Amino acid sequence: MDLDPSAEQRELQEMITRFSLDRFPTDIVRAAAEPGRFDRAAWRELAELGTFGIAVDEEAGGVGLRWIDAVLVHESLGAALTPGPLVAAALAAGLVDGVLDGSVVPAIVERPTHGPAFVEHLTSADVLLVIDQDGVSSIDPATVNTRALPTPTDPATPVSIIEELPSGDRLADADTARRWRLLGSLLASAQLVGIAEGSTTLAVAYANEREQFGRPIGSFQGLKHLLADCYARTEVARSALWAAGVLVDEPEAGDLMRAVAGTRVLAARAATENAKTGLQVHGGMGFTWEVDAHLFLKRAWVLETAFGSVDEAAEAVAASLEPGSISS
Amino acid sequence: MHLSDSDADAQFRAELRTWLAEAVPTLPSPPDPRDWPGRRAYDTLWQRMLFDAGYAGVNWPAEYGGRGATPTQHLIFLEEAATAKAPDVGVGFVGQMHAGPTLIAEGTPEQQAHHLRGILTGDHVWCQGFSEPGAGSDLASLRTRAIRDGDHYVVSGQKIWTSHAMVADYCELLVRTDTDAPKHKGISWLIMPMDLPGIEVRPLMTVQGSAEFAELFLDEVRIPVTNRVGEENDGWRVTNVTLSFERGTGFVGELLDTTNIMGELVELARRTPRGPGTAWDDDGLRRDIGAVAAELDALWAFTKRNVSQGAKGGMAMGSGSAFKMSYAAVVHRLGDIALRVLDRSSLAFDDIGEDRTGAQLHHKLKGFAVGIGGGTSQIQQNIIAERVLGLPRER
Ligand SMILES: Cc1cc2nc3c(=O)[nH]c(=O)nc-3n(C[C@H](O)[C@H](O)[C@H](O)COP(=O)(O)OP(=O)(O)OC[C@H]3O[C@@H](n4cnc5c(N)ncnc54)[C@H](O)[C@@H]3O)c2cc1C
Repeated sequence: MDLDPSAEQRELQEMITRFSLDRFPTDIVRAAAEPGRFDRAAWRELAELGTFGIAVDEEAGGVGLRWIDAVLVHESLGAALTPGPLVAAALAAGLVDGVLDGSVVPAIVERPTHGPAFVEHLTSADVLLVIDQDGVSSIDPATVNTRALPTPTDPATPVSIIEELPSGDRLADADTARRWRLLGSLLASAQLVGIAEGSTTLAVAYANEREQFGRPIGSFQGLKHLLADCYARTEVARSALWAAGVLVDEPEAGDLMRAVAGTRVLAARAATENAKTGLQVHGGMGFTWEVDAHLFLKRAWVLETAFGSVDEAAEAVAASLEPGSISS
Repeated sequence: MHLSDSDADAQFRAELRTWLAEAVPTLPSPPDPRDWPGRRAYDTLWQRMLFDAGYAGVNWPAEYGGRGATPTQHLIFLEEAATAKAPDVGVGFVGQMHAGPTLIAEGTPEQQAHHLRGILTGDHVWCQGFSEPGAGSDLASLRTRAIRDGDHYVVSGQKIWTSHAMVADYCELLVRTDTDAPKHKGISWLIMPMDLPGIEVRPLMTVQGSAEFAELFLDEVRIPVTNRVGEENDGWRVTNVTLSFERGTGFVGELLDTTNIMGELVELARRTPRGPGTAWDDDGLRRDIGAVAAELDALWAFTKRNVSQGAKGGMAMGSGSAFKMSYAAVVHRLGDIALRVLDRSSLAFDDIGEDRTGAQLHHKLKGFAVGIGGGTSQIQQNIIAERVLGLPRER
């Protein structure tokens, strides 16, 4: 048993963080959803680092590491607010040619049971992959009637609406679809944990620097305790995340489904609560567009709906407690 | 990073599991929680069985009588023991988790020779005399006075909330040996045999209705100077050695116990009629329990993280604090759900019929013990804010 990242794993995370902050600084991030802003060159550079193929075999052109490594990478991407389609690329890299090297940009959506489909990053996508109960199918975005939203919630995540989602070409079976849903939830949770940490770091820096009543606001216990809670929520969620990440590679060592569902509950809570705290700690500046605090909150809102809701996840954990469930 | 057992760990687990399956059923039925001599006898009987089987002090170094196992194997031991519903450390807590490790780190060879074996066999029960009526969170302001008289300290003062004091043989006692020095620099750490003249133990009733702890009144108790651990006035540092043992794996048994209580609550909810069905049919309730289960799983993973870090050289600063405050919070959340399920039967503090309803309420109250004892949740928040996040001190 070893649930502490190795020195190499930490270096991998630092490398991703450095690249992201350098190539996708927040002035780029905050406008990333505007039409024409998707930066293909930067995306290819991100791909060249191996970002999308961490867990893809070396023979297939990937890095040949494990899913826990991909989880760690997505944590760093989340903390840096790197714009997507990150989860879609990590899922599609092993299946769709060109995704691995960044030449083909994918978008993924779960086929909605009713109403229109809200698709992230469709405006920059070369291929749309649709997950449903029967499998994964691919659609050429040019052939579909889509409407790009003028004002997506997260200024870094462009969103399009598709009223009628065609059936497309079947690409993979139901097992792959199930696996994608599981891994998609996990990687989104990894980014949520990164967001939980990133928003706390930003708020702590401000609390150290901003003075009121003749001293730094971070010396007030009211803020200290809010920020300590942020730290604790991050570490608890991160613990769940790492255990779930390892279980993808070692499914015999525990209950993977439950671990992924439980991680979603805690990661979403940590990200949204911490981002809310982060905004509050910034006071009036926190309510301005110019301060990054809202970017963490809005990305958290987007990710917490990805590949299943928090309620569904809590329900799945509860179901695993019933006698006779596969889990218990 | 991995979660599966190595071959050596798998073998350790298998042997332990076999032994536990044979040993646990031979125990007598547990005593009434209010029967202190009975509890001491029961807990120390189990400790003796562990000792004879080579499972006492699993994580203690072999040269001090322990098994010298890895931190991972210590965790496996705690996990398997709890799963087999073996008794927890009980009255052995202070000896095994605080006093013993402190003596290993700071004691003289004579002190080690005199005390360590007795802690491992269960013959010596210890208590912790740190807190005082005026010194809880601000422990360093303690006032129990020790005045040097030849080769003895003459000790007078009062301690409070001293767990298991009524059945203890020894007390790890913090005293003030220099009243002029700054508060952290005038404290010494003494081994106090509990049968010395001048010690009065008054049991103190807890909110759970049993006397888990006591007040200690010390009136000119003569303690040999050779019972001092560490240098005179260096007791605060020695204490922090002790406190660092308090976090880490200290809550594993509790965590698994809480998991069991949660399992019982699920069963209770599935049997409890509510509306046209049962309490378990309530989506809100089920999801709240799901969230609690997720958190308990996460805290178990957090423990593994801490143990993994510990094995590589030390837990990250703040991990123990984050764990403890989160654990206290989740015990409270679980207890709140229990009250929703119990509804009117929560008017009874005892178990009703077959249902362990009282156990749910007792466990809810335990959330306070976790959030207060050993440094309150607010103190943990201060530690995180100042020492991990680097926020400025208030003064
Ligand atoms: C079940 C149990 C077992 C115990 N066993 C032992 C034992 O065996 N031996 C022993 O020596 N002691 C023991 N204790 C005592 C325990 O360590 C103290 O109760 C604890 O440290 C808190 O001190 P206090 O009770 O004086 O509370 P106080 O320090 O008076 O605190 C009261 C309130 O003020 C808050 N507060 C205090 N200071 C601050 C601050 N700086 N910032 C923010 N909030 C603050 C606290 O969080 C708390 O809510 C036990 C306690 C319990 C509940």
